[in-house]
Amino acid sequence: MSTQPTTIVGIDVGGTFTDLLALDTASGAVSLAKVPTTSDNQAVGFVAAMNAAGLDARALQAIVHGTTTTTNALLERKVARVGLITTRGFRDVLELGRRTRPKSYGLTGSFEPLIPRELRIEVPERMDAEGGIVTALDEAAVRAAAKRLLDAGCEAVVIHFLHSYINPAHERRAEAIVRAAWPNEYVTAGHRVVSEYREFERGTTAAVNAAIQPVLDRYLGRLESELKSLGFGRDLLVMQGNGGTVSARAAAEAAAHTVMSGPASGVMAAAYTGRACGQPDLITYDMGGTSTDVGLIREGVPQVSSELDLEYGMPIHVPMVDVHTIGAGGGSIASVDPSGMLRVGPHSAGAAPGPICYGRGGERPTITDANLVLGRLNPDRLLAVDSPVSLDHVRARIAEEIGAKLGLAWDQAAAAILRIANDRMAGAIRLVSMARGHDPRDFALFAFGGAGPLHATALARELALPKVLVPARPGITNALGCVVADLRRDFVRTINKPLPILDAAEVRAALEAQIAEGEAMLAKDGVAVDRVERLHYADMLFQGQSHMLQVALPRIDVSVAELRTIFEAAYWRRFGVELPEIRAVLVNLHTAVIGKRPGIDLAALMRGEKAKDIAAARVATRDVWFERGGWIATPIYARDRLPLDLKLDGPAIIEQLDTTIVVEPGDRVGCDAIGNLVVEVAP
Amino acid sequence: MSAIDPVTLAVIQNGLDQVCNEMDLAFVRSAFSPVISEGMDRSDGIYDAIDGALIAQGELGLPVFVGTMQFSARAVIDRVKTHYDGHVDPGDVFIVNDPYLGGTHLMDVRFVKPFFYRGRLFAWLANTGHWPDIGGMVPGGFSASATEVEQEGLRLPPIKFFKKGVMDREILAILMSNMRIADQRIGDIKAQAAALDTGEKRLTALIDRYGEDTVKTAIAELRERSARQMRAKIATIPDGVYEGASVVDSDGVVDQPLHIKMKITKAGERLTFDMTGSSPPCRGPMNSVIATTKSAIYLAIKHVFPDVPINAGTFEPLDIVEPEGTFLYARYPRPVSGCAAEVSQRIAESVFAALTKAIPDRLFAAPAGTSGNLGVGGFDPARGRHYIMYLFTGGGYGGSYEGDGLSNGCSTIGISKMPPVEVLEQYYPVLFEEFALAEGSGGAGEHRGGFGIRYAIRIRRGEARVSMVMDHGRVGPQGALGGRDGGVNTVMVEQGGKIYRPPHLSKDQDIEVGPGDVVRVTTPGGGGYGDPAKRSPALVERDLRRGYYTPEQVRALFGAHTLPKAAE
Repeated sequence: MSTQPTTIVGIDVGGTFTDLLALDTASGAVSLAKVPTTSDNQAVGFVAAMNAAGLDARALQAIVHGTTTTTNALLERKVARVGLITTRGFRDVLELGRRTRPKSYGLTGSFEPLIPRELRIEVPERMDAEGGIVTALDEAAVRAAAKRLLDAGCEAVVIHFLHSYINPAHERRAEAIVRAAWPNEYVTAGHRVVSEYREFERGTTAAVNAAIQPVLDRYLGRLESELKSLGFGRDLLVMQGNGGTVSARAAAEAAAHTVMSGPASGVMAAAYTGRACGQPDLITYDMGGTSTDVGLIREGVPQVSSELDLEYGMPIHVPMVDVHTIGAGGGSIASVDPSGMLRVGPHSAGAAPGPICYGRGGERPTITDANLVLGRLNPDRLLAVDSPVSLDHVRARIAEEIGAKLGLAWDQAAAAILRIANDRMAGAIRLVSMARGHDPRDFALFAFGGAGPLHATALARELALPKVLVPARPGITNALGCVVADLRRDFVRTINKPLPILDAAEVRAALEAQIAEGEAMLAKDGVAVDRVERLHYADMLFQGQSHMLQVALPRIDVSVAELRTIFEAAYWRRFGVELPEIRAVLVNLHTAVIGKRPGIDLAALMRGEKAKDIAAARVATRDVWFERGGWIATPIYARDRLPLDLKLDGPAIIEQLDTTIVVEPGDRVGCDAIGNLVVEVAP
Repeated sequence: MSAIDPVTLAVIQNGLDQVCNEMDLAFVRSAFSPVISEGMDRSDGIYDAIDGALIAQGELGLPVFVGTMQFSARAVIDRVKTHYDGHVDPGDVFIVNDPYLGGTHLMDVRFVKPFFYRGRLFAWLANTGHWPDIGGMVPGGFSASATEVEQEGLRLPPIKFFKKGVMDREILAILMSNMRIADQRIGDIKAQAAALDTGEKRLTALIDRYGEDTVKTAIAELRERSARQMRAKIATIPDGVYEGASVVDSDGVVDQPLHIKMKITKAGERLTFDMTGSSPPCRGPMNSVIATTKSAIYLAIKHVFPDVPINAGTFEPLDIVEPEGTFLYARYPRPVSGCAAEVSQRIAESVFAALTKAIPDRLFAAPAGTSGNLGVGGFDPARGRHYIMYLFTGGGYGGSYEGDGLSNGCSTIGISKMPPVEVLEQYYPVLFEEFALAEGSGGAGEHRGGFGIRYAIRIRRGEARVSMVMDHGRVGPQGALGGRDGGVNTVMVEQGGKIYRPPHLSKDQDIEVGPGDVVRVTTPGGGGYGDPAKRSPALVERDLRRGYYTPEQVRALFGAHTLPKAAE
């Protein structure tokens, strides 16, 4: 055993399963584990996964962790008691929102802010929009407010003042006063989480941060001591929603950044894989049990946005990998509505009662049931999930619930369920691609998640995408995302100046300051990196507009004329409009400082004994239904056994432990150098 | 039974909706008018080639346009027959804002474009956007005292603004010379036209994919199914006659309330709406054109049955007796600027009030129901320029069968967000002294109403004039099933050390203010639902803890028995 540990572990805790991928960067050895998630304390499942993979904590170089702790805490409202200290006259901003309602139609429903009204205290202070002081900060009032909140049992506190994005002096002073009195580190100043205008969104993001900070801190503390007792003494890194990682000790400070880290890690894995196999333009398609996430990767870089609404009334405006989620997954229920229209979702059978075929009492047909009766899923595997259910029973239920109401036989009804489901998912992909000015034909579809590869080829044909990529281990893509993720820090700074009065030196200075801050933070993390990369973006608009368009900046010393050219080109692509009459405005500057971790060789993921030819990898023949051709006796292959130089024509079903890949008639399958199945989709 | 298979039908329905949603998104994200880009005061849809009937309209569009756009499309079709020999070319785009020709108020400008498939007229694409100014006596168009439509701005009959894809620069020049802050309008015009181009591309792709005949059959079938679904919903309402009423504070000119009387007759699978007995046409701008009156009823029903998809079939089982001789059927030259924003919400309120008697278990007490429009126009000496600030503010929603009402919800007819205070202060020489929840404004009830807001705007620099078109200053939004009314709208201006209150309570125009002066507004709370005495003591205790009501208010409104011991 060498003195320098060489194994990197990625552990992704999802809603149902905790996935682990360990890679020895020296030997190329890979170990995998999948264990049930332990929701109450994710650390238990975490350690169980390490045991299942037979890992020795002492011999690990780094552990990278993707966690749903904070997302779940928010959705279930199992969060810390938080108080707010804010500008006089504005304590209700968090409760009043932006004058909206939950849905366009229907006048019921409401939301509860994370900080209840009795814990929101106002203090005299006021800045104006230029950052000038209108009312001086009343420091005694801040002290008194902190005491009142402590007496009321608050564990965390938010300081949120109007216009702090332009002049944070009052927020910083109040923060210092509160920290002196506060018994722990859970003090969040709004401008440190988001330095952008919009008081409701910035304040709510700060409240989110404060509410989950203690939860995340305690969890990571427990996990670190657990790992320490196992002998692990090196870097524990935590995955962020922006697709990068930070050290565990820094993660709790900016807890809001860990929300949505799960979808982000999947997209990061896709981007890494795409770069490695020469396919840098990808649409990611992750279909699981209850939902489907789609994202867009252009030139190897995932799109990042800062405008997530976790639920109604809960905007989180920190940079996150831009993933569009729709409520269609394997468990989505199909039904016929009162007007006789077939609907799939948004209701899901979830894990319990689950699809009919699970035998847990589910009696309503789901997408998984439709895949099963059409021969796409292996009945021997699925029907054994719990108590046995006969294939005939599933067919009969589909015939009753769907077929009888639409005048279709059971197989036509099942095919209809798939077609409607695919149509919804295609709509989601159009929204992230076409509606943003991209042509889907320029992309390959990167399919993962338990159900993604089942639908990918049909979806690709619907959208005219020429190619589908299925990575070597589709079911542990998020864990792979953890392993390959780099360290990353994002910064946003509001400039808000029309180009004619903008000085390129100001842009450069702002970007340099962001770089310096980011590099200092990376250094503080103390994690070994190969090199540091920086990405720069600008949010721009035409004067008078309120929606911004984000453009990538080629260099920090970009000229003002270049800014205009870059923006106009992006605007033309997105909206098909030219506006020479109107001035462009630079609103925000973004910088991502990325500490590149050592690369890994993905080819290590293709393990197993390969068959000498395709025929030897064939494990069975089954009748499978296809939209083109109906029922066809179809060869079934074991993916692990497929030879690396394979050439295969559809129809075929390729099975592996964590997913099933459907290859439609006319499609051709090959395998690339790093183990991706590449399906050329028949037009 | 139709000839189309049910799966293709569902796919085409999704496809048509997506065409509209993409038009909506493209328009809102590229618009300049903040009323469109932030307020989402716009709508996009597809309309029948022959009669303009609604085929599909985006769910993201402003609700008040749900019914009106088909009337505008119809007006263009009629105009083509009378003025263009029935002939249109690909690339033509009509512009129209005439309220009396299927419109709302003058600020809502429609673009209507023929959609050709393989050289034949297949449908019309249309969109509406609320322009920040269209001329007239008041910046922004919301006059409180206009007595004829000419004072409200430039009125455009359907004219060909784009001819075979080329914008008519002469029409543009006329528009520009008649609008305030005209320089950015070119951006909105291009955005509005480009959104229709997006629709044209997507709809062409959809028809390419499924074939012209199939799509046509699907459109007819979808219309029939929406009608069927709406009839099924109506059938669940007990047969009978249900009456509701509502009150507009005044018309802004004559200080008298305007009454809406709504009689809904449910028989079998149809609903009939009769507004006979409502007040006669008024002198001020609170008249409603017929298209808006009908649309208000449609959107009220859509709020009650939100899951019925929108197309012409949705409204087929609804019969509206045209309210001749009332202020709800305005004819030229009656001023109408208040109809879309305010009167439409009172019409909806009267529908809710009537239906509460029929199906209380599916309804809610009245929402605040005013757009809360405040305009401040002036000169900023520090920047050397004129400005117009608009504010659309929210109020409380009514308590409902589900629970308490939402606070600071947007208008019944809108889905618009309010701009952040931080943005308003960047653009205009004003300072908000507060932006707060209006305690006590939620109507008492077993499920109480949501709360309105209380805000105060101080003028920092220069002289300005303040105008407002709001409502519910006289009586608050109605409670239901024993619940109490929500709080009323109030306006107060501190003007050179003196207090000024608008004589018409919620409507006024050109109030002069200068540096240091303050405008204070409280918006209405929602009505309460159910007997306040039945409210759970735990919820009352929580409301007290949060400071929503004082103990005195609780004693008076909910009854002493609901007070926790400590507060007595």
